[in-house]
Amino acid sequence: MVRNKRLYIEDLTVSFDGFKALNKLTLYVEPGELLCIIGPNGAGKTTMMDVITGKTRPQSGTAWFGEGVNLLEMREAEIVAAGIGRKFQKPTVFEQLTVFENLELALAGTRSFWKTLRARISPAERKRIDEVLEIIGLTDQRFSLGRILAHGQKQWLEIGMLLMQNPELLLVDEPVAGMTPHEIERTAQLLTSLAGEHSVVVVEHDMAFVRSIAKRVTVLHEGSVIAEGDMDKVQKDPKVKEVYLGE
Amino acid sequence: MSGEKQEPGLWKRTTLVARGTTGQFDQGARWFLIVLATVAIAVPILNQAVPASSPLHLSAFGITLLGKYMCYGMLALAVDLIWGYCGILSLGHAAFFSLGGYAMGMYLMRQIGRRGVYGDPILPDFMVFLNYKALPWFWHGFNHFALAAVMVVVASALLAWVFGWFAFRSRVTGVYFSIITQALTYALMLAFFRNDMGFGGNNGFTDFKDILGFDLHSDLTHVVLLVATTIALAASYLACRAIVESRAGRVVLAIRDAESRARFLGYPVETFKLWLFVFSGIIAGIAGALYVPQIGIINPSEFAPINSIEVVIWVAVGGRGTLYGAIVGAILVNYAKTYFTGAFPEIWLYALGALFVLVTLFLPRGIIGLVQSRGREK
Repeated sequence: MVRNKRLYIEDLTVSFDGFKALNKLTLYVEPGELLCIIGPNGAGKTTMMDVITGKTRPQSGTAWFGEGVNLLEMREAEIVAAGIGRKFQKPTVFEQLTVFENLELALAGTRSFWKTLRARISPAERKRIDEVLEIIGLTDQRFSLGRILAHGQKQWLEIGMLLMQNPELLLVDEPVAGMTPHEIERTAQLLTSLAGEHSVVVVEHDMAFVRSIAKRVTVLHEGSVIAEGDMDKVQKDPKVKEVYLGE
Repeated sequence: MSGEKQEPGLWKRTTLVARGTTGQFDQGARWFLIVLATVAIAVPILNQAVPASSPLHLSAFGITLLGKYMCYGMLALAVDLIWGYCGILSLGHAAFFSLGGYAMGMYLMRQIGRRGVYGDPILPDFMVFLNYKALPWFWHGFNHFALAAVMVVVASALLAWVFGWFAFRSRVTGVYFSIITQALTYALMLAFFRNDMGFGGNNGFTDFKDILGFDLHSDLTHVVLLVATTIALAASYLACRAIVESRAGRVVLAIRDAESRARFLGYPVETFKLWLFVFSGIIAGIAGALYVPQIGIINPSEFAPINSIEVVIWVAVGGRGTLYGAIVGAILVNYAKTYFTGAFPEIWLYALGALFVLVTLFLPRGIIGLVQSRGREK
């Protein structure tokens, strides 16, 4: 019996018109670990994220967040509130708001129209924003409008917006796509620093990037896990070679 | 206005001025309020104290014209609040304006009493003419100004709430939303044209005698109405400003720029849109209520779809998303309209169309945007 995991995914099956996007997928995420998920296109990485965040419902299987939270019975907003944050592939920040304001809106707290009408930033909230600005390295850009940020900075800002709500589990979809080598390096540092306090699941194609951050790698293929372990072990795995190289 | 309450240093002014929210009074807003105050002080003097023989004397016609522009300014403000800040392009805001106008018109009709052509103490002329035997139920109480004033707000708020609730809940956005707002105002126009609606059919309401006991044919009453309109305009402006500079205002901008992202952060997007739309509808309704006693007539053609479209042109010309820009645009375009329709009546519509095309092509941020960028170059 598997115990004390942050996320339990067991026997998940999702099919779209007969095509099995996920096929009895089972994987676990440890508290505070940084797990990388790789796999060729169509392996089911995004579908898995969709199931965890409540966007897609599986035909069978279970998904539990910790011991007591059944993700399959919750709506998207409830899952966010329970502590799962997701960063999408394409960065979307609020272009006409400053970096500071983007983080302000992401603060945990009231979402009601009437309350936000009178809301003022408390010193504690301001401190939290400053902390996150520090973590994502955008302290100097705090007054810049979202639209003038570089691509990498937008990605970091979006990760910062997730951090404002202090999620226990962060799902990060292709964080370094389209980044410069320097930005990739900083993203690697950022994600590594987040692990420990948060569990982080990264889906990524960029092998060099995965190698630089991952302690544990899970390889998906046709909706199931075909290999698991550290990067070296995974790369030597004959099944992985077959899938990636067609050997 | 919220400048002193916010901690300094949270927002940098230059970025925010460019966006139209500043956390404190920028120059444009300050000038705008100064101009309004000047109008409120100068108009009574120029009309009442300056003798009619003097070239500086402001005629009753001039006052009515100014009052009309101010009401249009309020209507433009209402449209800018939702279009400029939340991206909701309403092409039906004249409906709220007209509804507010009709509520006020009902009060003014009841004030006529025996002085009407038919001399009926209760029934307005058009009801006698159409063989009404008794006052329809919804006309009761409109002899009280307070009820009419409440109904101005209630009617426009209710229409905005019901319409907005259905539209936003069904996630109708963009051009589809604009089209159904056109349908809304057109449907209301057809309804108000009908004699058995009880609102005077195609003649609407006119021949008003007095308001709160003051003669509507005296200059002084019109001066007071103009000052009241100016105050209402300033108050609505400050209220809109307070909204766009609150955190709710930043959520509204967030919704405009990335709606699904705002929803993903947990904000009830539909609720934000709905309340903003209702507030905008109320401002438009109050503007209509102030318009009717000054102009002296309200009829179903106020609901005409073209009117709502014109408002959008005013906002675009003045500068979308700046609030005061919308008001400036409304006043300038209407001044031009007054001039052109007098001097060259046949070319006005072409001029208006050309103006809209030119502004869209060359002044995407309107006159205010032009002034702001000039100011930065210095």
